[in-house]
Amino acid sequence: MLAFIARRLVFGFATVLGVLLVLFVLFFAVTDPDQVARRAVGERASPETYEAWKRNHGYDKPLLINRTHGAATLARYTDTLLVEHYRRMLSFDFGRSDADDAPIWQRIKEGIGPSLSLTVPLFLLGLVVGIALSLFVAFFRETYIDRSVLVLCMLGMSIASLIYIIGGQYLIGKLLRWFPISGFDPNPAVILRFLAIPVLVGVLAEFGGTVRLYRTVFLEEANRDYVRTARAKGAGEVRVMVAHVLRNALLPILTNVVLAIPFLFIGSILFESFFGIPGLGALTVEAINGNDFSTLRTMVYIGALLFIAGQILTDISYSMADPRVRLGQGVQS
Amino acid sequence: MSAPLLTVEDLTVSFPAGRDGNARAPVVDGISLDVSPGEVLALVGESGCGKSMTALAILRLIAKPGRIEPGSRIVFDDRDILALKVTRMRALRGAGIAMIFQEPMSSLNPVRTVGNQVTEAIRLHERVSAAAARDRATQMFKRVGIPDPAGRLAAYPHQLSGGLRQRVMIAMMLVVQPRLLIADEPTTALDVTVQAQILALLRELKDELGMAILLITHDFGVVNELADRVAVMYAGRIAERGTRSEVLGRPMHPYTQGLLRSIPRLSHRGEALAEIEGVVPSLGSWPTGCRFATRCPKVFEPCDGTVPESVVLSASHHAACHEIAQRRRTAGTPSK
Amino acid sequence: MSWIGNLVAVALVLGALLLWRRARRSRLWREALTALRRRRPIALTVVGVFVLIALMDTVAWTGGGGAEGVAASKPRSVLDRIFSPETFREKSYSAPFARTEFIGGAALTFPRRHPLGTDLLGDDVLYKTLKGVKVALLIGGLTCLVLIPLALLFGVSSGYFGGRIDDVVFFVMSTLASIPNLLLLIALIMALGKGTLQVCFALGITGWVGLSRITRAETLKLRELEYVQAARALGVSNLKILSQHILPNLAHLVIITFALLFTGLVLSETILSYLGIGLDGSWGRMIDQARNELSRDPIIWWNIAAASTALFVLVLCVNLIADALRDILDPRTLNERK
Repeated sequence: MLAFIARRLVFGFATVLGVLLVLFVLFFAVTDPDQVARRAVGERASPETYEAWKRNHGYDKPLLINRTHGAATLARYTDTLLVEHYRRMLSFDFGRSDADDAPIWQRIKEGIGPSLSLTVPLFLLGLVVGIALSLFVAFFRETYIDRSVLVLCMLGMSIASLIYIIGGQYLIGKLLRWFPISGFDPNPAVILRFLAIPVLVGVLAEFGGTVRLYRTVFLEEANRDYVRTARAKGAGEVRVMVAHVLRNALLPILTNVVLAIPFLFIGSILFESFFGIPGLGALTVEAINGNDFSTLRTMVYIGALLFIAGQILTDISYSMADPRVRLGQGVQS
Repeated sequence: MSAPLLTVEDLTVSFPAGRDGNARAPVVDGISLDVSPGEVLALVGESGCGKSMTALAILRLIAKPGRIEPGSRIVFDDRDILALKVTRMRALRGAGIAMIFQEPMSSLNPVRTVGNQVTEAIRLHERVSAAAARDRATQMFKRVGIPDPAGRLAAYPHQLSGGLRQRVMIAMMLVVQPRLLIADEPTTALDVTVQAQILALLRELKDELGMAILLITHDFGVVNELADRVAVMYAGRIAERGTRSEVLGRPMHPYTQGLLRSIPRLSHRGEALAEIEGVVPSLGSWPTGCRFATRCPKVFEPCDGTVPESVVLSASHHAACHEIAQRRRTAGTPSK
Repeated sequence: MSWIGNLVAVALVLGALLLWRRARRSRLWREALTALRRRRPIALTVVGVFVLIALMDTVAWTGGGGAEGVAASKPRSVLDRIFSPETFREKSYSAPFARTEFIGGAALTFPRRHPLGTDLLGDDVLYKTLKGVKVALLIGGLTCLVLIPLALLFGVSSGYFGGRIDDVVFFVMSTLASIPNLLLLIALIMALGKGTLQVCFALGITGWVGLSRITRAETLKLRELEYVQAARALGVSNLKILSQHILPNLAHLVIITFALLFTGLVLSETILSYLGIGLDGSWGRMIDQARNELSRDPIIWWNIAAASTALFVLVLCVNLIADALRDILDPRTLNERK
């Protein structure tokens, strides 16, 4: 088990290095630092201002080989953008935003709270609703209930999330006036009012795909031989569903669920900007609109880190939850 | 002979067939059989002849879109199975009638311990404490020959060998002491040496509990080991039935004869394997008249058109074959 | 450069015909197509209509009747000629089939001739919606054109040849898959630019990993099949094995994944449009521009309704087709038919 975790960690680290390479190619090799500087400082600034800005933001070194150093020195290869990029990212030294010079770490710390306050309730509610509904539908498989829910899911999956958001804002916020259309206030007394529409809309937008997926998992399990055995023992349908099917179906569902956990921290780009929630998603949108490459770079990096962490967590939790993996294949006779 | 414990009359199980939404084909076509207390009836046939479906029908475990057709009758211990309320049926399953399946690996829940699954079987039918149920499970494990029974309660199915898993299955189903056990190919998935052990175990338990067994198999070796009476099934119908010595020793139906002839024997070393020509017709394309007509060496004029009636060869021996019927009519005496 | 568009249109139609004829020769595909026609006639017709509209917007030429000045020297498509957008416009908003302007109430230039009304600049909404069809099909189709060969190349070679190639490809796949899709997409577009080709390329790069994984897994299975092993033992060249045994057996997976990818791509373009990096003329752009119209009083609903409905209909129909295909091409039923 320990060896397994170690292997996963090593592979994860190698993947991180790979991701950093991709980011390097995208943000340094393909984009021109001069252009970035020009966009930040303005067209008419003097060459010294450009150089100063580039130096401050880490764009001043050559990409791969620094010819100002001697041919045989290490510095020729290490005093470059490539190495700098790796060094800083791996030590979580994110520097400053290209757009407004604010330290990026600071912005991240400020953004995590609001992001989590949206993503966590949305995630939990979506999970509960999804599992309950799909279990219910699996129980009534092949009946009208099942078929109508499937149709609903199909329709729901075909609507763009943008439409859900705009529609939700219009209906609940403007027509019914139950909750404010957007905005955010971390004060626990009022925070729920601002989160109501985004959470509701989010769960609604997801539910089509989720219910279909979970229903398939449940039905696959329900068709297995051991379910027939349970019935032959005299178990009732409810017991079969809950004690046998659910327990087995939770394994693949667990994979999905744990994989989603890291993304809770990154926040939802779409939802936060629509609903005015000042989290990490909104930070990313700002970076896009302001051509702020350094922030964007950081957000993508963090996203990848979290995703890799999520995959490792998923592998570990799956191997603990499934007795076939946990206890190995030691066969006794 | 005591009154039969289980009587099946005219059982027909149908499935949808063909493009038409309403057309249905019978997988089990009007079969009748009976099992007396304490006896073993073997139901023999090739794969796809409907024997497993018969078993599932008795427990009313036929899943949609399959259906037991009206006109079928199943009586167990004087109770009409098909008319029972669902709750009563559930009480019967596992307690009055138990069933063990062919594939012990996939038939056991992989994420629950075997002990847990056995205690579940107990507690579904009797009000006992968890500890008492565990004790009984341990006892049952010992009885079926599982080494270290108390320790094995905590094992998961994948940790056990095929033979052990089948023993677990037997323990699970017999712990509540049913009166009828339906065993669907209980040894097919096991090694030959283990097969013999399991069959011996079944025989012991049968004697001990006074249980009747409906044994479903395609292996005549198994039939020989365990069965008192035999029914041979082909394409949804019973071709021949009788005691073990009658069917195995003096088979009358051409299908039975063909089956027995095709068993490889060491004494025939060097000869070509005998086989029954042709293949089993698939569901939906069954011939009218005698189902075996397309492959029968004795086929003649009435076989294609009419379904053969069961010819009484002796009190216990019946065969459904036109050729036999005709021979008896012309000869006027029971065939040899 | 209208001749490129015309060439593409002709190539597409010819290509589709060729595929059709090839498919009819195999009993498997013939039965699959018949089954599909039987189960989803409406969805197929709708998608067919959409394709027709897109083609109408691709075939273009310069000159010809109806336009003056600058317009005469630009290539105009069939759709353009039907609608004559330069002249068929109003000053600003107007409701569907209205006689007067939405703001102010002055009489319209073309009263009751705008079935879906007009937008802020006075352009006919029906025209814009129909123009969006081509963009949507481009997003789905062009991207997949990049994506599918790429995914197949990596997935199949990784599964078939194994060893070092597999390790490398697996690593590349994991790395790309580790970057959250939307973020990678944004990064790519910001780095490469916002043109149609770049956006489709970026979408392709972020989407190929899923299909690659599936084809790799399936290729691994296929490689162990007896007739493939027999072919290798007989010394049949790898290329032949790949083209005759492996690839055809991946066709059903590719088709189903294509349909699913298509809808995913079209839907994600709406998010890109919202972020300002979508394609010109897409429904996503329309929705983004019309976002705030719902909060006006009285509300302006026809812009966003037209774009969302068109989007919804296309995605729903493709989803329905994909669903039916998944049932029809289920490997279990495939094997029975074989």
